Amino acid sequence: MQNNDKHLHEPRIQITKRGREAMPWYKAWGVRAAAIVLALIVCAVIIVFLTGYNPIRVYSEMLKGTFGSSRKIWNTLQKLAMLLCISLAVTPAFKMKFWNIGAEGQTLVGGLAAAACMIYFGETVPGIILFPLMAASCMLAGMIWGIIPAYFKAKFNTNETLFTLMMNYVAMQIVSFCIVFWENPKDSNTVGVINRMTEGGWLPTIFGQKYLLNILIVAVLTVAMYIYLRYSKQGYEISVVGESENTARYVGINVKKVILRTMALSGALCGIAGFLLVSGTDHTINTNTVGGMGFTAIMVSWLAKFNPIVMALTSFLIVFLERGAGEIATTFQLNESVSDILTGIILFFIIGSEFFVQYKINFRKGHKEEKV
Amino acid sequence: MIATVINKAIAQGIPLLFGSTGEIITEKSGNLNLGIPGIMYMGGSCGVIGAYLYEQAVETPQAFWCIVIPLLASLIGSTLAALIYSFLTITLRANQNVTGLALTTFGVGFGDFFGGSMTKIFADGGNLSVKTTADYFKTTLPFADNFGAFGEIFLSHGFLAYAAVIIALLASWFLNHTRAGLHLRSVGENPATADAAGINVTKYKYLATCIGGAIAGLGGLYFIMDYTGGSWTSGGFGDRGWLAIALVIFALWKPNVGILGSFVFGGLYIAYSYISGLSRSAVAIFNMLPYVVTIIVLIFTSVRSKKENQPPQSLGLPYFREER
Repeated sequence: MQNNDKHLHEPRIQITKRGREAMPWYKAWGVRAAAIVLALIVCAVIIVFLTGYNPIRVYSEMLKGTFGSSRKIWNTLQKLAMLLCISLAVTPAFKMKFWNIGAEGQTLVGGLAAAACMIYFGETVPGIILFPLMAASCMLAGMIWGIIPAYFKAKFNTNETLFTLMMNYVAMQIVSFCIVFWENPKDSNTVGVINRMTEGGWLPTIFGQKYLLNILIVAVLTVAMYIYLRYSKQGYEISVVGESENTARYVGINVKKVILRTMALSGALCGIAGFLLVSGTDHTINTNTVGGMGFTAIMVSWLAKFNPIVMALTSFLIVFLERGAGEIATTFQLNESVSDILTGIILFFIIGSEFFVQYKINFRKGHKEEKV
Repeated sequence: MIATVINKAIAQGIPLLFGSTGEIITEKSGNLNLGIPGIMYMGGSCGVIGAYLYEQAVETPQAFWCIVIPLLASLIGSTLAALIYSFLTITLRANQNVTGLALTTFGVGFGDFFGGSMTKIFADGGNLSVKTTADYFKTTLPFADNFGAFGEIFLSHGFLAYAAVIIALLASWFLNHTRAGLHLRSVGENPATADAAGINVTKYKYLATCIGGAIAGLGGLYFIMDYTGGSWTSGGFGDRGWLAIALVIFALWKPNVGILGSFVFGGLYIAYSYISGLSRSAVAIFNMLPYVVTIIVLIFTSVRSKKENQPPQSLGLPYFREER
């Protein structure tokens, strides 16, 4: 009798973390791929409900929107590079478990610095001095924006998630403040294309492709970040602090220094992203220059498990959804926001699938024992 | 004049109050729900959808159903959104920041999509407007005009505004004076201890997140029905969702302080339009104020590190019983 009681209280499902015996990589990626497929099916159901069109046709429309012409491919690559650059920027901080959700603001102040340089020096200072100056000032601006919350986190343990979130909106208001002084034409409340005639401070076009330089810079950064996180001493310190601050302190790592240094790096990279966005892409600035990429980058980085190479894939997935959904929006005369819905659904599925990679579910096989 | 300003400030503050009350209840369970902006969008748009379908379905909409249907639709929409977040973070132990941001992406898209193309799907196109329903939501106390300034400030709001204040007071009472409130706070402070004391951590986290989401969603409903008069403009809700999260910090995780805080934030939001001779650059500085003030409060509370003014200790951390 007592034996029976014991069985009644045993939970039917037991969940354990896969610690050392992690899922083999091909199985893990299988689970993730299955999640994406499932998500695409759910999205298809929703699309059919909304438009009444064949989902296969809708998905082929999306492919067309992303790869339809060489101009579209370049635009896709450009978007991909920008998102990847910001994702790389947030990664070291995230690996340290410093929840920097201020990439939006850090990128925006970087862009602001670029725009300022273009407006004040773009037409007078020669390029050979101008571009290093711009890159330096963008990195400095982003760095400052990143170090402020990091300082208070290191010193007073101020909640960094909330702090960096607020800094985004401060940055946006500073941009709209500056727009008032830089607006062109007068009273338009927009800056317009800076140095349209002279193209002063515009990143040069190479091999006839205006975005190629951006893409190359980001590609170099991706490899550099991979090496930095994987093989450098600083990268190792970041992962130790991320795993356990107490362990880090015990082995003699100066945690405060690592936090400040990593956030400086994170902010500086965001600054570079801002530089590429303003000087290499838009040649103007407004409060929407970053356009939410600072937030999307967090998801991109997390989905890739902080691996810069995998990040190229995850940011491609997001960019594909965005551009593809934009295409179906115009083809089927829907609202552009449909891309956010699809992105959201796919993210939910991928986020959920991580559970099945990280944890093992054991069902109770109690019936045999009960008979004994 | 001053009465008008205060009246407007209150109207601006109410969506923030709903949002922050909901987020405080959520955060007290240790869940940092960054999906609140999305949930507020969902709450608003589901309410509009409900109202629109009802207005299309009957010849002469009746007051009772005009109130009840959008209200229910809004509550269901925002609760479902919060349920997605709860399932992913509590049952599947996903990262809270990432899940929250994904929910915001989804919710804002959902809101703007259905607000923007609802009429295209179900009817002939044009902007979505549910004026009849909105008028019922805006109905004020009939004798408000008889009390002069007092009436204008305190009596001339739609019923949801009073509901916001009452819910905030109730939440404050619940958190500080009931056993369930104590349990909820203990879950947010230290779930392992709460679990050892026999409190069902999962249940509290789920309930707090979903109820918090439902309350926040009402903020979206108030905004669309009362504040804008029932017509949806894409992105019209703006950054109010994030401002609501800022208000949580400003109010030091206390819903009753949030009432006053929301009116202050509302005032800061509109102050520029009542100060004559402000240049446009000064307006930008004014719009920065709520965020700067929040940052200052955040820094001060962490520097003084007074126990009762801190964020819940396990805020943002997942809880997994076997993992210690």
